[in-house]
Amino acid sequence: MVNAVPNVRIQAEDFDIGTEISAISDGRNDVGAVVTFSGLCRDEGGTLAALELEHYPGMAEAEIKRIAEKACARWPLTGLRVIHRFGKIAPGENIVLVVAASSHRQAAFDGASYLMDYLKTRAPFWKKEHLKDGSSGEWVSAKDADNEALKRWE
Amino acid sequence: MKLLYFSWIRERLGKGEEMVELPKEIKTVGEFLDWLKTRGEEFEAILEIPEIVRVAVDQEHRNYDELLGDAREIALFPPMTGG
Repeated sequence: MVNAVPNVRIQAEDFDIGTEISAISDGRNDVGAVVTFSGLCRDEGGTLAALELEHYPGMAEAEIKRIAEKACARWPLTGLRVIHRFGKIAPGENIVLVVAASSHRQAAFDGASYLMDYLKTRAPFWKKEHLKDGSSGEWVSAKDADNEALKRWE
Repeated sequence: MKLLYFSWIRERLGKGEEMVELPKEIKTVGEFLDWLKTRGEEFEAILEIPEIVRVAVDQEHRNYDELLGDAREIALFPPMTGG
């Protein structure tokens, strides 16, 4: 089987989940499972006005592509699409989307999960909090739990 | 060579990028960071805690013991928090 070629986009604009699911499954008869993960901005108990997502242009796309290609080599995926937004994002808005498709569900679940675990720790994005009281909050700290999550893929 | 800074490292330095001339004897990422520390106390402060600063060479992650090679672009940034 030839590995699927992942589709990776880094953009300021929002995305439409339905459109991305259609793009991965329309016109094909070999797709039996589509798993989507979308990450949204939380308001952190009502204190957060927005997140500012800084990224490293060029490397952000290249690094997610490297991770996505590894996922496509490891599982029999029929398609993999990843979108990560940058810029100012308000609570309730989308930040990231992963859509993984395969003939059988386990590969799609695992592929999407692997992609997110590595994206969290290796894709060059940084979140800064803007608080409701008008102040500019802190840069979000990386979590040890995110590094721990990688161990299950070793 | 182009140096790029992101997140709180960029804020603390007050700039996102700069062009520098790297001494020829610098071969590894670690040696490069040691050299950066000699460029001013703000770099010394940023690099105070070992391993908190991540390094990418030509847009690929590199460990401190790895070679710089023919680097055109080196980026410094804290652990990533995307997703």
